[in-house]
Amino acid sequence: MAETKIELLTLSVFKRNPIALLILGICSSLAVTGQMATALVMTICVTLVTAFSSLTISIVRFQIPNTVRIGIQIMVAATLVILVDQILKAYVFDLSKQLSIYVGLIITNCIVMGRAEGFAMSNPPIASFLDGIGNGLGYGFILMTVSFIRELLGSGSVFGYEILKLASNGGWYIRNGFLVLPASAFFLIALIIWTIRTLDPQQQEKD
Amino acid sequence: MVDITAAKPFYSVLILAFACSALVAGAAVGLRPIQEANRQLDRQKNILYAAGLYNENTPVDELFTGIETRVIELASGKFVDEETINPSNYNQRKAAFTSDLGTAIEKDIDTAGISRKEKYSLVYLVKKDGKLSEVVLPVRGKGLWSTMYAYVAIDSDLNTIRGVSFYEHGETPGLGGEVENRSWQERWQGKQIYKDETVALKLVKGSPDKSSPEAAYQIDGLSGATITSRGVSGLLEFWFGDHGFKPFLQQLQAQKEKDNTNG
Repeated sequence: MAETKIELLTLSVFKRNPIALLILGICSSLAVTGQMATALVMTICVTLVTAFSSLTISIVRFQIPNTVRIGIQIMVAATLVILVDQILKAYVFDLSKQLSIYVGLIITNCIVMGRAEGFAMSNPPIASFLDGIGNGLGYGFILMTVSFIRELLGSGSVFGYEILKLASNGGWYIRNGFLVLPASAFFLIALIIWTIRTLDPQQQEKD
Repeated sequence: MVDITAAKPFYSVLILAFACSALVAGAAVGLRPIQEANRQLDRQKNILYAAGLYNENTPVDELFTGIETRVIELASGKFVDEETINPSNYNQRKAAFTSDLGTAIEKDIDTAGISRKEKYSLVYLVKKDGKLSEVVLPVRGKGLWSTMYAYVAIDSDLNTIRGVSFYEHGETPGLGGEVENRSWQERWQGKQIYKDETVALKLVKGSPDKSSPEAAYQIDGLSGATITSRGVSGLLEFWFGDHGFKPFLQQLQAQKEKDNTNG
């Protein structure tokens, strides 16, 4: 690989963002982007799981028989997800209640598997770890952007702090009910993809 | 790649499975005490919330000192003394699934859809100046996907809802999951449970018609969550009925009347 360590970290944020370019991990980016706090925790969890599963897979990549490699990748990722879930339940109980099933669903987040299979299986441990972190950051970048728009316009707040006083609380701002619903993230993500591909025409797919 | 003999995949998977299960089991066992403490704290918080006593700035333990936790026998409605069952370590949820502390519920009366119930239940008595001001009761029932757990606080008239707090469920976020919406829960306040000795309180489609005399027994249904709403109505019917807390509430009522004539 000709990429430097810095590139491994940064390229995944914009140049080959897992959500915007690879269209991976869409499901959870719809579900947890209603509030910025949950989106941030989800980002941290996914980043950690991706990084450490890539690291583990990369360390044992020569020992993994080709025939059962997907199963082994799932097992490693699943173990890490359970660990994250247990730690959240022990130390940030309120957040873990909010994230509830989504933490368990990190295992189905295509980014984790995608990076394990696509990168860690054929690259050394340190590079795989950095690639995992980078992809987590790229995922986080989209999540935070979407959740910022959704929380600000849908609930009138940013990280739970009231910015626009809602009409239902005696203020002036009438919330956008659509942005409260998960489906609105589809439109926001599409707009982000459009923006990114306009700024960087290389990412456009040729017919 | 290394040469692949037929047995190699089995070994690799086996070793990995052992390593992974050791890690997971270690974490689950090691972190359990902290998680249990969190759950306990969360339950207390929700009891306080239902009773309308919750205050973010005061520690939960301190607020909880005004609440007396007792165990009652559901069938007779009588209090059970601490020597028989200690409320501080009585696990109500587990009890329902044991053969000596739990019983099966017949299908035709099981409106809550929980199939088994415990013989003894915890109740929380909120006292003010030595007098009973509220009773908080733990209830549960099946929604669309999951069993929903809640605390219902009733006024000392033993008929008016003072507050409710759903604290654990697995319903669809945004639809059935709205049972945990605080502003929806606030609409429960002041509703009446019993009409002519039967449970009349239930969720209705849309908002109750305020001018109708029935409105006191009606709570706004959750839009887009018909089965969850039905589940909430069902659990109210069960837990406030003859097989739930009704005998206990009648006992309390009798006790209150006795106190009044004596005092």
